[in-house]
Amino acid sequence: MTESDIKTAVLESLRAIAPEADVETIEADVTFHDQFEIDSMDFVNFVSALGKALQRSIPEEDYYQLGTLNGCIRYLSQ
Amino acid sequence: MSPAPHERPLPACASRWDNAPNLSDYTTTYVQFKWSQAQQMLLQGADTEAPYHLNIAHLIVDRHAAGPLREQLALRWLGPDGQTRDYSYAQLSALSNRFANVLQDLDLGPNPTVFSLTGRVPELYIAALGTLKAGGVFCPLYAAFGPEPIRTRMVAGKATVLLTTTALYRKKIAPIRASLPTLKAVLLVDAPDSPNADDTNYNLQHLLTAAAEHFVIPPTTTEQPALLHFTSGTTGQPKGAVHVHEAVVAHYMSARWVLDLRPGDVYWCTADPGWVTGTSYGIIAPLAVGATLICDAQEFHPERWYRILQEQRVTVWYTAPTAIRMLMSHGAQTAAQFDFSQLRLTASVGEPLNPDAVNWGRTTFGTPFHDTWWQTETGSIMIANFPALAIKPGAMGKPLPGIEVALVQRQEDGSVDILDTTEAQGELALRTGWPSMFRAYLNEPARYQQCFAHGWYLSGDLARRDADGYYWFVGRADDVIKSAGHLIGPFEVESTLLAHPAVAEAAVIGKPDAVAGELVLAFVTLKAGYAATDSLRRELLGFARKRLGPAVAPRSIEFSGPLPKTRSGKILRRLLKARELGLPEGDLSTLETSEPDSDNAPK
Repeated sequence: MTESDIKTAVLESLRAIAPEADVETIEADVTFHDQFEIDSMDFVNFVSALGKALQRSIPEEDYYQLGTLNGCIRYLSQ
Repeated sequence: MSPAPHERPLPACASRWDNAPNLSDYTTTYVQFKWSQAQQMLLQGADTEAPYHLNIAHLIVDRHAAGPLREQLALRWLGPDGQTRDYSYAQLSALSNRFANVLQDLDLGPNPTVFSLTGRVPELYIAALGTLKAGGVFCPLYAAFGPEPIRTRMVAGKATVLLTTTALYRKKIAPIRASLPTLKAVLLVDAPDSPNADDTNYNLQHLLTAAAEHFVIPPTTTEQPALLHFTSGTTGQPKGAVHVHEAVVAHYMSARWVLDLRPGDVYWCTADPGWVTGTSYGIIAPLAVGATLICDAQEFHPERWYRILQEQRVTVWYTAPTAIRMLMSHGAQTAAQFDFSQLRLTASVGEPLNPDAVNWGRTTFGTPFHDTWWQTETGSIMIANFPALAIKPGAMGKPLPGIEVALVQRQEDGSVDILDTTEAQGELALRTGWPSMFRAYLNEPARYQQCFAHGWYLSGDLARRDADGYYWFVGRADDVIKSAGHLIGPFEVESTLLAHPAVAEAAVIGKPDAVAGELVLAFVTLKAGYAATDSLRRELLGFARKRLGPAVAPRSIEFSGPLPKTRSGKILRRLLKARELGLPEGDLSTLETSEPDSDNAPK
């Protein structure tokens, strides 16, 4: 999976949870919470949407590695 | 029938302590206690000759700053990048004096209403205390509110001053500023070090530096309004519950009895001060006792939370079911890497804590969670599991000394019947007159009166009482949604959805969720000419989130045919909920156990 595939899936999952967010302006190392007001319930939904989109099962203990775009890229390109 | 293993009573947690708990003999204290005794305890060390000695800020900060706790740490703030800021009681006293002087120097008239809209920053605590000193009313708002809930509350509360940050101001206040005519000053916590942007936006740091450190609190009565907290009902706009300076008496006693707080305890309340718990038990109660507050600026994160408990050597922890369940689902491995041996007591509030979570606390932290029950209107904890009593996992607990609880049934004529049999189920009612009882719903005397009958406050919560006198939460008597411990009024959400041109009708319910308790689910009927597409669904979701913010907006939206209504045209949210839960629609007995709408009751 390329970095660009992951980025596409992350942005699409964010749009599904928070359609009002301007995700095109994403900063890769700022948390989704700080940029787009993704709260903790949103975040759980986001990880689950992302897992579905990429057909990856993401164990709950790993969720908090996925709080930023770069975090997602690091974790999912392993 | 014996209870399932996870529901079996747990031994009193204080039985393992070296010292006796603050409340060691519940039964005797419950019988003998009078609130006047509590006030005497609280006034120890206070200058009772001074005309301001009943002011909350004097009692919880200045009193300590003038005594042996002067140099003790009152507040430790854990910032976003690992930085720490510490405030002793003396420093908190001096800084809140400066804030009171800032308010006075701005010449806002008597008793200004100061709203806050910030994340968890030290200035929030300083502003709350300074406002109380200046004789003002403090009203904290949750930073995750969108512009619409903020506007509604600031208009209703006639906000004079707003404490906020530059980013929140730009995003949420600037668009609504023109509709806030009473707002005279905005105090920016983090304004760039430059001249003020305009005549009414101020750089708080500049003002604090320029203000005098000495302040004499004006005369304060116990019945003077001090705090304003908004809460939601089924119908109408949010209600502004007014609390007075006397409330501190109940904050103080409940902190001692339920949280077992003592001077020198390191105490962490994870609730945001934007909600009532974060003010009552995140600021006032622990300072009244002389404890050290931990304030974490960041969002929930399991590993960091465990690290805070360990590194700050937290002794008493007050948190919420949603957070506990998220920690549980994060797995035991992370928790096992940390040392929680200094943790003496853990407690929970927000919604009923499931027995599994109570027990998980015991396995993970060495002490089970003590569930507590109270509301914005009650101002302080009313029912709790106490350290000296056996914990019943899943139960709300027993009433605090000084609090008389009954289960009642409302009657058609406005009276109530008291249900006094064991295992009876009814609406929780509290005998009026405890110090932190709300004194008004702002501008809404009729709505306030409807909460009372024959000397009882009617809570809108349904419960039952077992043979041992423990209360068990059953459900709400109305359609209010409780998500992640916060009350959400369907009307506020529906009104926003109806503002979208495609929406003909909207109904909002709480959909049960294993982690959050309930999630906000909206049913929407479209106007002719609009197709129920995924892209419209997203548009509506974004529309609602932008206006309401994530804390209030629906998490999901379903398109629906015409919504079920009564003959008078009231939407039957309960029927929608029954459908959503897959309950037979013909049998709504489990949903319609009581008056359907406490805002309009009695019918």
